[in-house]
Amino acid sequence: MENNILEISHLKKFYHDLSSETEALHDITFDIKDKEFVSIIGPSGCGKSTILSILSSLEKPSGGNIKFRDKSCVIGYMLQKDFLFPWRTILENCLIGLEVNNTLNEENKNYVISLLKTYGLYEFKDKYPDSLSGGMRQRVALIRTLAIKPDILLLDEPMSALDYQSRLAICDDIYNIIKKEGKTAIMVTHDLEEAISVSSRIIVLSKRPAVIKKIYDIKLTDRKNPLHNRKTKEFPKYYDMIWRDLDVQI
Amino acid sequence: MYKYSKEHLEYLKQIKRKKIFIMIMRISIIVLFLVGWEVLARLNLINTFLSSSPSKVISTIDSLIQESNLFSHIGITLFEVIVSFLVASIIGVLVATILWWNDTIAKIVDPYLTILNSLPKVALGPIIIIWVGASTNSIIFMALLISTFISIINVYNGFISTDIGFINLLKSLNASKKQIFLKVILPSNYKTLVNCLKINISMSLIGVIMGELLVSKKGLGYLIMYGSQVFNINLVITSVVILGVISYLMYFIISKLEEKIKN
Repeated sequence: MENNILEISHLKKFYHDLSSETEALHDITFDIKDKEFVSIIGPSGCGKSTILSILSSLEKPSGGNIKFRDKSCVIGYMLQKDFLFPWRTILENCLIGLEVNNTLNEENKNYVISLLKTYGLYEFKDKYPDSLSGGMRQRVALIRTLAIKPDILLLDEPMSALDYQSRLAICDDIYNIIKKEGKTAIMVTHDLEEAISVSSRIIVLSKRPAVIKKIYDIKLTDRKNPLHNRKTKEFPKYYDMIWRDLDVQI
Repeated sequence: MYKYSKEHLEYLKQIKRKKIFIMIMRISIIVLFLVGWEVLARLNLINTFLSSSPSKVISTIDSLIQESNLFSHIGITLFEVIVSFLVASIIGVLVATILWWNDTIAKIVDPYLTILNSLPKVALGPIIIIWVGASTNSIIFMALLISTFISIINVYNGFISTDIGFINLLKSLNASKKQIFLKVILPSNYKTLVNCLKINISMSLIGVIMGELLVSKKGLGYLIMYGSQVFNINLVITSVVILGVISYLMYFIISKLEEKIKN
């Protein structure tokens, strides 16, 4: 398809240690369209994060193919915790990606400063991370990820370290930022409600070794921001279906 | 101006009071010790020939300055300490960096580092003299043997216990190993490095004195050795007192430097 920014086919991953071999991903195939927000959901330990690690080339796949539309596709990876460097100011933290890629120039720096301004962090730019709340730190982490102008954003449970209330607020926040900047996003989460409220598609994985159980197109009437989407009439229906797919057993 | 509540002022006062109390206690301990020592000596309850006394220490210092150039003894010891401190710190950080860079080398040399570190270096004294010669060099060599391995081990352990999340973050940005080292490993190990310097300064002092006891014609270690050979306990105790003051001063300087860099 023309519109696919990323095509993953028959992805496989084994983990090895001395005493055993674990098959994390059995056979994963899916496409991501441009400017789409896709969530990957599945039981804990099923290898959701492994997919992101492979996409960001932190880990090598054991088999299968990953095809980006453009060779020069830039990937931004937002981790579970913010991992802001305590010895760097907020601005310096946001510039780390540009420094590493040797693309730190006046223009890119101004872009980061404009992001900080737009998302209400400009006045904190010379402060250190420990003076910020958890939610603000997560927003800084997102701006750090956006600074390198990624084509695809990978989000690994970006809200899971926050308390419930900040989570709802930051979820809205992050969603709006990603939409406004016109980015493609792949989010891994174990939070069903979060997944339904932000995504246009949800990929449900099975237990390890993971295969794709089902892919849902999420169609909500009157889709707005995530917090609002939770109140749409289709929301509980999707919740029930996916919950059954997840087959949670205690 | 903002006015603090009564409770807050009380809280500040309490902290200040505690600080003063600690200071007073610190000073009283040393004063009590010195006065007690002097009184016992004056009342002839202890034998000053064997255990000296504060006033004798002072007069010994005075005569050392007049007759045998005390400052050049202190100078030579300080020089040796500073040289071995610098060399040990540089080697320590350098080797730790290499080991961090190449995990295989680290695994290969690990048992040897442990052996070299736990070896009683003073046992090597005679060999060092034969190999390096009876000079300042063998004193510095001895000090290096004592301080280098422990700093390699400390710094390396700091490097490898860096939060993996920080490293993964840089890896996801396609950072090179050099960038990971400069942007994550070094800054996040600032505390480890300062602590290593602190340990190193006392290790170097211990090493230099040990070296001077074995072979020297000058320095505080020499004074101690000479004092014990001619049974001049006064000289020995005086030198030990000076050593104590020097080691405290050096520690103090490093701590002040640390504060200054922090700000």
